[in-house]
Amino acid sequence: MKAEGYNRRRQVLGTWPIEVESYKLGDVFYCTINNVDPGARFARAEGPTREEAEAKALEKAERYLAQTRRFTAT
Amino acid sequence: MAEVLVTTDWVAQHSKDANVRIVEVDVDTTAYDQGHVPGAAGWNWTTELCDTLVRDIIPIKKLEELLGKTGIDNSTTIVLYGDNNNWFAAWAFWQLKIYGHADVRIMNGGRKKWLAESRELSTDKPSFSAKTYKATGPDTSLRAFLPEVQQASAGKKAALVDVRSPAEFTGEILAPPGLPETCQRGGHIPGAKSIPWGKNCNDDGTFKSIDELKKLYADQGIRGDGPVIAYCRIGERSSITWFVLKHLLGFQNVKNYDGSWTEWGNLVGAPVEKP
Repeated sequence: MKAEGYNRRRQVLGTWPIEVESYKLGDVFYCTINNVDPGARFARAEGPTREEAEAKALEKAERYLAQTRRFTAT
Repeated sequence: MAEVLVTTDWVAQHSKDANVRIVEVDVDTTAYDQGHVPGAAGWNWTTELCDTLVRDIIPIKKLEELLGKTGIDNSTTIVLYGDNNNWFAAWAFWQLKIYGHADVRIMNGGRKKWLAESRELSTDKPSFSAKTYKATGPDTSLRAFLPEVQQASAGKKAALVDVRSPAEFTGEILAPPGLPETCQRGGHIPGAKSIPWGKNCNDDGTFKSIDELKKLYADQGIRGDGPVIAYCRIGERSSITWFVLKHLLGFQNVKNYDGSWTEWGNLVGAPVEKP
């Protein structure tokens, strides 16, 4: 078995830059979402198609990022 | 590059060598089960590479058991790799060095590069003939504890390197975006320099060249002529920087402060610098 169609791209989700990584292993597509800086994976999902895997992972990522608070200088 | 780094090609050629054991250590503890380098063992950092009762690195007896059941003895070449540019592979490397393992290496580029190169993967979990492992140490010259970090900060006795993102360093955020907040205060240890871990790596997950790495740290006044303490949030990202400074650049006195910001940023009365 080999990873097929390995793909990485950067985009902005809300106000946060993220990296979307997806690939197919066997019959399953996997997607992981990293925050670009510092580069930590914080959401992942799988599905029968790349689109479904990415959509699920992005939905989770959006939910998690909404909980990240930004503190301005006091 | 130094002998502590091997390429994906090297792993493909040597993964079945009798004296070589490949081990995957991921942030995402499910990644190994999706598919891994054929013949590789998988270690779970949340249960197998730490003390699960108190906050601490793996106890020596537990390490000996883990290595033994993974078919590793003291002469085995251990090659570690993992996701997130080898974060927890470096964490495992650091602990193996604390306990004196002689030949441990990291696969340059980690899981990301192996996948991107469409190399062979397996979902089979290999079984190993158990071996006897005798650890030494712990070598505390590789690990910084709170009192030493406090002295370093107050007396400028060591260069403190904060490897978190710039937004964590300034206190704009308390944890990497999308991850749970694990501290009460944001900011950084007074006197620390911000050199994010990601600056050590290329986009494909491999480490930058030795010359690039030397320049990265020299530009911040870190040239290997004095003690250095690296920290992040829980000590895994700083393991990457510790690995770079100690094993790629060959600096003598480099410690990883694994208490990191989850210790300092929760400590009552600890001084915090912003931005």
